[in-house]
Amino acid sequence: MAQTEIKNYNLNFGPQHPAAHGVLRMVLEMDGEVIDRCDPHIGLLHRGTEKLIEHKTYLQAVPYFDRLDYVAPQNQEHAFALATEKLLGIEVPPRAQYIRVLFAEIGRVLNHLLNITSYAMDVGAMTPMLWGFEEREVLMEFCERVSGARMHMNYFRPGGVSADMPAGLNDDINLWAENFVQFMDDLETLLTENRIFKQRTVDIGVITAEQCFDWGFSGPNIRASGIAWDLRKSQPYDCYRDLEFDVPIGKNGDCYDRYVVRILEMRESLKLIHQCLEKMPGGPCKVDDQKISPPPRAAMKSSMEALIHHFKLYTEGYHVPTGETYTAVEAPKGEFAVFLVSDGSNKPYRCKIRAPGFAHLQAMEFLSKGHMLADAVANIGSIDVVFGEIDR
Amino acid sequence: MAEVWDIYLWPLLWTAIKIVAIVLPVLLSVAYLTYAERKVIGAMQMRRGPNIVGPFGLLQPMADGLKLFLKETIIPSGANRVVFMIAPMLTFILALVAWAVIPFDQGMVLADINVGILYLFAISSLGVYGILMAGWASNSRYAFLGAIRSAAQMVSYEVSMGFIIITVLLCVGSLNLSDIVLAQKGMWFIIPLFPMAVIFFISTLAETNRHPFDMPEAEAELVAGYNVEYSAMGFALFFLGEYANMILMSAMTSILFLGGWLPPFDMVPFTLIPGPLWLAIKIAFCLFIFLWVRATFPRYRYDQLMRLGWKVFLPLSLAGVVVVAGVLVAFDLVPNAG
Repeated sequence: MAQTEIKNYNLNFGPQHPAAHGVLRMVLEMDGEVIDRCDPHIGLLHRGTEKLIEHKTYLQAVPYFDRLDYVAPQNQEHAFALATEKLLGIEVPPRAQYIRVLFAEIGRVLNHLLNITSYAMDVGAMTPMLWGFEEREVLMEFCERVSGARMHMNYFRPGGVSADMPAGLNDDINLWAENFVQFMDDLETLLTENRIFKQRTVDIGVITAEQCFDWGFSGPNIRASGIAWDLRKSQPYDCYRDLEFDVPIGKNGDCYDRYVVRILEMRESLKLIHQCLEKMPGGPCKVDDQKISPPPRAAMKSSMEALIHHFKLYTEGYHVPTGETYTAVEAPKGEFAVFLVSDGSNKPYRCKIRAPGFAHLQAMEFLSKGHMLADAVANIGSIDVVFGEIDR
Repeated sequence: MAEVWDIYLWPLLWTAIKIVAIVLPVLLSVAYLTYAERKVIGAMQMRRGPNIVGPFGLLQPMADGLKLFLKETIIPSGANRVVFMIAPMLTFILALVAWAVIPFDQGMVLADINVGILYLFAISSLGVYGILMAGWASNSRYAFLGAIRSAAQMVSYEVSMGFIIITVLLCVGSLNLSDIVLAQKGMWFIIPLFPMAVIFFISTLAETNRHPFDMPEAEAELVAGYNVEYSAMGFALFFLGEYANMILMSAMTSILFLGGWLPPFDMVPFTLIPGPLWLAIKIAFCLFIFLWVRATFPRYRYDQLMRLGWKVFLPLSLAGVVVVAGVLVAFDLVPNAG
């Protein structure tokens, strides 16, 4: 009898796959149900953001950051705004700082809600997704009230925020934050102690602290591996210095720890939101320099100066002094950074974006090797990738 | 002439009428089970479910059926055409054929055969062939993986289901489904055999490929598993077959453990409700648990499912057989087999 050779077979996972979180394509070499090799392919959502920004003024570049990690857009804007402000050498008024931090934390909750619930969906639990979206909807309405857009806010601008918070929003966010604790408890009853959920996540996709450093991890993923690394603590920006919060860390670096860290981070975010609302000072919400932030609309009707400033700002933009900066923020997914080089003109010479998801996706191969197909799905969910920022 | 009518034609016609009288309500309840599923899960997920087509969305199943009926049937070029076409039909037919032995009330049964439970068990085991054929004939890797998973899963859970049925049969002394129900006149079997009933119900979840055991069609892993290549009526038949199987398994649970058509107490307010209605209520209750489980639990991983089947349920159900048999013998309770 002729000898037949048993070969592994390849499974093309994605880009149109319900668990691919966007347009991830993975070529899996499978030995039955077990994954022998996992080869993530990226680039299906590449839009050339970095190059496009080189041809836009600093103000026009902001919306591009919304479209990177579209789950929590404001946190990306934050990085760009901070980078530009550093090059301009300006200090943002305290009220603007508090508003930014408030919405950055809302962005964190938005992101973690989506991640945890869609992760639950990946391991088969449907209900958290629907519950989570109910809450996200409320948060997005807050975003809409403050900026006019539910998702792509374009709200954090170099020099502050585009507009002050409307009256009453403060109380509404406060009320939501109080009720959200109950929602979190409900959500946890479905997942945290669920035996099946634990069986699917505990000891799956373990990342050691060593590997975290080797592969450039950051954010909840590195914290789940037991390293207390949070840019909000280690190099605080805006008003994080004045706020009290803890950095939850995990122990084992498995999928379950990453889930728990995110849950705890949402609770910390709630603390931050409460503090921001309490401590929020009055005053302007953008720098009082009409070369950088637009004049009030009323002033344009009577003041020639204001009209000229408005015209110049929205056509030519402002010139940024020559220099370069690497400015990072603790985005919900990890260290999101902008490396901005200015040649003194009104457009960035180079804008390199450091997306946390890009570094995290590299781990897919060693995370999935030797695991089963279902674990690969759990891994994708737990490292929290969004293709807007990976493909850029 | 009259003799031919009396002996041959009329019984044939009468059987056909009875078949229609069973199949039509079953199909109707399949349609409304999909509606109930969407409504129940919708309520659990804080949304409304279908509410546009007809009053309270009651015509939604009809609209869905019509849509699937009118769509183009696509047969993948790499598929084995014949097997690909037969698979959904087989699944659907098997899901309906099993109803022949289900007793709806005293004497209200199409085929009152003495090995009814064996027949039911055999038919439900055959269901795996439809899925296997579909997965193989589709010539798609996701479908193939789904079919393999399904085969392994159904075989594993049938073993423990078989043992649990044996414990029930030991208490009854007959394989006739009507006898099984009548034996529960004093006390439903769920009370003395509670652990068995729980294991049996969980096994039926696995047997019907429902959450949290829906490995063969795990959406997040295999997209849709064995039926990934099916569209239009092929898909509809699989879908109907799956739901008909759910109802069938609920009926089986009701008959084995919840006393079939019998009321919970042999007293006036309960006995006023006719038997078939009691059976329907019990089936609906089991189905509700099916849906409830689907809304709340994550999915098992393939190897965990096998572990549960072989290392937990099999020893437990085997121990159940030994214990039940031992108790029956020790206390001299063995029913006299008719």
